[in-house]
Amino acid sequence: MTVAPSISAVVAVVSRNDLNAILLLLGVWAALGFAGLARPRSVGYVARLLFPIGAVTCLGIALLAGIFLASGQGAQSLILPIGLPDLPFHLRLDPLSGFFLLLLGLAGAGISTFAAGYFRSGEGTAPGLLGLQYHVFLASMGVVILANDAYLFMVAWETMALSSYFLVTSQHRIPEIRRAGFLYLLMAHLGAVCILFSFGTMSAGNWQLTFDAMRGNTLSPGWATVAFVFALLGFGAKAGLVPMHVWLPEAHPAAPSPVSAMMSGLMLKTAIYAMLRVSFDLLHARSWQWGVVVLVLGLFSALFGAVFAAVQTDMKRLLAYSSIENIGLIFAGIGLALLFEASNLRLFAALALTAALIHALNHSFFKSLLFLATGSVLHATKQRSLGKLGGLIRSMPWVAALALVGTLAIAGLPPLNGFVSEWLLLQSFLFTPQIPHAFINMLIPLGAAALALTVALAAYVMVKFYGVIFLGQPREPLLTHAHDANWLERIGLMWLAAGCVTIGVLPQFALRAAGDVTGMLLGQSIAPVTSLWSIAPIAPQQASYSGLIFLAGIVAVIAVTFVVVRLLAHGRVRRTAAWDCGYPWQTSRMQDTAEGFGQPIRHMFGTFFRMERALPSPTDAEPRYRIQIEDRVWRALYLPVARSLQWLADEVSVVQSGRLAVYLLFSFLTLLALLVFVL
Amino acid sequence: MSALTLVRQLGEVVLAVAIAPLFMGWIAQCRAWLQNRTAPPLTQPYRMLRKLFHKDAALAADASPLFRTAPYVLFGTMVLAAAIIPSVATDLPFARAADAIALIGLFATARVFMALAAMDIGTAFGSLGARREMMIGFLAEPAFLMVLFNAFLLYGSTALPSLVDANATRRFFIDPSVIFAEIAFIMVLLAENARIPIDNPATHLELTMIHEAMVLEYSARHLALIEWAADLKLFNYACIGFALFLPWGIAVHGADGGGALLLASAVLLVKLAFAGAALALIESLSAKLRIFRAPEYLAMAFLLAVLGLLVHLLLGANIHA
Amino acid sequence: MHDADLIAQLLRLLAAGLLLISFAMLSRRRTQRLITLYAWQGAILFLSTCLVAYGEGLRELYYSAALTLILKVILLPWILHRLIHRLGAQWDSEPLVNIPATMLVGLVLVIFAFGLAQPISMLATTITRHTIGIALAVILLSFMMMITRRKAMTQVIGFLAMENGLFFAATSTTYGMPMVIELGIALDMLVAVFILGIFFFQIREQFDSLDLHHLEKLRED
Repeated sequence: MTVAPSISAVVAVVSRNDLNAILLLLGVWAALGFAGLARPRSVGYVARLLFPIGAVTCLGIALLAGIFLASGQGAQSLILPIGLPDLPFHLRLDPLSGFFLLLLGLAGAGISTFAAGYFRSGEGTAPGLLGLQYHVFLASMGVVILANDAYLFMVAWETMALSSYFLVTSQHRIPEIRRAGFLYLLMAHLGAVCILFSFGTMSAGNWQLTFDAMRGNTLSPGWATVAFVFALLGFGAKAGLVPMHVWLPEAHPAAPSPVSAMMSGLMLKTAIYAMLRVSFDLLHARSWQWGVVVLVLGLFSALFGAVFAAVQTDMKRLLAYSSIENIGLIFAGIGLALLFEASNLRLFAALALTAALIHALNHSFFKSLLFLATGSVLHATKQRSLGKLGGLIRSMPWVAALALVGTLAIAGLPPLNGFVSEWLLLQSFLFTPQIPHAFINMLIPLGAAALALTVALAAYVMVKFYGVIFLGQPREPLLTHAHDANWLERIGLMWLAAGCVTIGVLPQFALRAAGDVTGMLLGQSIAPVTSLWSIAPIAPQQASYSGLIFLAGIVAVIAVTFVVVRLLAHGRVRRTAAWDCGYPWQTSRMQDTAEGFGQPIRHMFGTFFRMERALPSPTDAEPRYRIQIEDRVWRALYLPVARSLQWLADEVSVVQSGRLAVYLLFSFLTLLALLVFVL
Repeated sequence: MSALTLVRQLGEVVLAVAIAPLFMGWIAQCRAWLQNRTAPPLTQPYRMLRKLFHKDAALAADASPLFRTAPYVLFGTMVLAAAIIPSVATDLPFARAADAIALIGLFATARVFMALAAMDIGTAFGSLGARREMMIGFLAEPAFLMVLFNAFLLYGSTALPSLVDANATRRFFIDPSVIFAEIAFIMVLLAENARIPIDNPATHLELTMIHEAMVLEYSARHLALIEWAADLKLFNYACIGFALFLPWGIAVHGADGGGALLLASAVLLVKLAFAGAALALIESLSAKLRIFRAPEYLAMAFLLAVLGLLVHLLLGANIHA
Repeated sequence: MHDADLIAQLLRLLAAGLLLISFAMLSRRRTQRLITLYAWQGAILFLSTCLVAYGEGLRELYYSAALTLILKVILLPWILHRLIHRLGAQWDSEPLVNIPATMLVGLVLVIFAFGLAQPISMLATTITRHTIGIALAVILLSFMMMITRRKAMTQVIGFLAMENGLFFAATSTTYGMPMVIELGIALDMLVAVFILGIFFFQIREQFDSLDLHHLEKLRED
């Protein structure tokens, strides 16, 4: 067991230390995973016992990270004498990692609780194995966040990629899922190679792989840019930034829903974490062009994701594209922060970075919530296609009510949490005219418009998502018998929904946590929170927002209105058939389908897609309408690369003659060449 | 915060809720005059509301709780917005709860609830209306945001009370970016409130309607609340417009005694009268656009707002120099 | 002092109006509307030249304003109206693809022009120097209109609008060109419109249409 030495090592070093305690809890996750192997086929043991313990562990980690952030103490570091000789593991807990551990713990608790009720026997991988992969995945994310040297970081990063690969392909008997898993693994490795290059560049040739050494290096602007670009490619591939996003809409739907939730809600955030770590902590020579690149990529990803989400007909694919959108928003915030920081506008940089951080936190809540809700729908109906769902609010009231919270939050509506971060991001865009670059300060207002368009499109997408799944008439007769989520699932969903509401109504606490991070990275945080009531990032005269007053105001008005209406008028209700302009023969097929709801978007953003349409002729007795929408990126970028690789491989295969002597000759020649080169 | 500010706040909300239907009635009257019809009485919207409140609500058999609560949420958001927008005075306790950008969010909440409720029964028209409404919404929001961007560049704030305080006391000058922003705002107002170039509030042709298609299944008190909320929405937009572009007369911070408030209310009524007449004129002069021309219309609004921004960045650099 | 301030504000307003008209030209489908817009553009030029002349007390600018009024507001629009009447093209409208996209490209052009003009406007000393960016933008937008249109008539209007932009640029940087040059340009334009008018008849006789894509057949294969 690898767990035992790590636990003893932790105990050996100083006690009373947050970092040690967190490590211990990460060890508990790993132990839980291996404990599942004792009775791998028992759902009752693995799911109902181990997963809840894992959820409690999540809470513990969140609590410790929260205490660490609240105490405001400096970074704690630790060297574990395990791993390769002379290459000990370095770990470090600072506000940045504390914030992301908080995120991991809080959202992870909800997902683990849900997962406890979700996994059934007879679905793909045995529960015990699934539990191992699941908990190793969780623990590796924790280690990624805590790693303080490139070596440990890469080990944890690859463990994360592998364990999530196995989780994605847990139903490996289905060919599409195997294909999706392969694509995911491929992209993960391409990304990892880029990350390696980035770390290599940052170590500046002296092969000191600890982050402390990299912090000490001063790279020339050129090399810093090289390191930054590689990091952007590598972490962008993991985060799903366009054009490295292709794996995301394939892998997310293929995975079981709690895994989709973990990947979208948590794993993408580790990429955000690493991006922040590299660009703000490890690299010093930052230039404003980086900010522009990240901003443009982020905004484009956001718009791209929103537009594609609007035309999807598979509910999990829709959410996957929506993840691309949200990651794009986060990157837009990071880009803006880089841009402000390079122009020495640190306060505004802190504002933009706060927006990005809060959005990362929010996204981990609402996206997990929605993915889990689709899991419940999937279990209840066996349907993923939006065209075969509908009306589930009547048979699944719990899931419908909790999913509504997530829907409103992700659509960026006050008083829920999605709005807070989007509002902060818009606020930071307002200050872009102060950037001292003539073209940039005029072009960026257009970026704000793109942002507003994206946010509004997200609302469109989510109305489609919720309306088609939960509202209207059931499109299939079986849906009326769909069963609601079980109690463990409900608790998981409720936890996440409560998070959405709390961060939305009382964003002050999240802002404080983010303020610690920006204080560490930029030496500046936005205006301290003065009141419990409202937040005012720069100054209350300029802009303020209070989720609490929003919620209280709306609830109060609704209550008063309700009472007044009852007092002055009456509450009589007569149930009749639907009116629908007096048309009596309507069926559930006459509602807008998912395709129909996406039609205006297809019409307006036609250039984004590669569409293939087959329209019925007017004389068809059984008219069929078929439309297929594809990513242009796939054909324009990936297929040519794949083809040329194939071609190259074919060409190289000439040397593969099958004769041993020839192979030996190759080795010999290589040896000779190397000798000549070295001597 | 004194008791006086609370009274002022409450008074403003009550005023808004009370005269919003009147504003709608005034527009209907002006429209009728302009189109040579006999005008309905000014109190027609009130009579309508009274009638609706006393009817029995006919509810589709499988309407969900969402369907029944949506009208209340809609009304609640609009009343809250009325509390936030400084229409009479600027020193309001609620006004700090949201700046103008957050107000856009509040309106979006109302829109999403309306669209969801429209899809709840599962009729063809309901989902059609919901889809169109969301489409108009996502096109109008960027334009609106650009208008606010303009305001921020001009006065350094997006908080409406600060805007009014800064704006009402300044010297008059002609600024092209304000004019661009104004036109853009009026275009957004027409689109967002289901007025004529985009939607016809008086239409009964099912295939062309947006707002009416969404509320087809509603009746009695629910419909009354929705209609009242629609009146309030138009009133709120008008008041946002006044705060941004015509702030003179609003009782600013520090000069808001009883007399000033009365004067401000009177000024508000006069402004509303002119705004209503102007809206009726615009609506009578323009034709309803096909739904697929709506993106062009809103792109135009967006363009105007951005042009205002650019013109300000280039020309307004030395406006006080 | 207050007077000069007011004049500067009015000039800004007129410049913004000019820009707006250029965008309107980009998005209008009907040829007749375009001619009206062109006349409006001329009217704004006339007003702004008068304002500059009044504000700076420059006599000769009044002459060039008068020239603008006669030529660009009255004569050329009249000729163009007659022309399309004779050609029977007054109800012509052309299909425009994706107006919002065209507008966006236009916006980017405007930003480009503003960015380019900033250093120039720092150098100039006239009261109108901030409008150079707008003049440049009007030129670029007219050019873009010529690119996106297919009818011969609209090409000519685009060409004329471009000249308006040049004229505006001249007034805003150096208070106008010398009278001789201005007269020369005016004459050139008049002649150009006549010649192009004759061309229109020829084109229509050849192809039964004023659509320029027919001209593509003329190349050698």
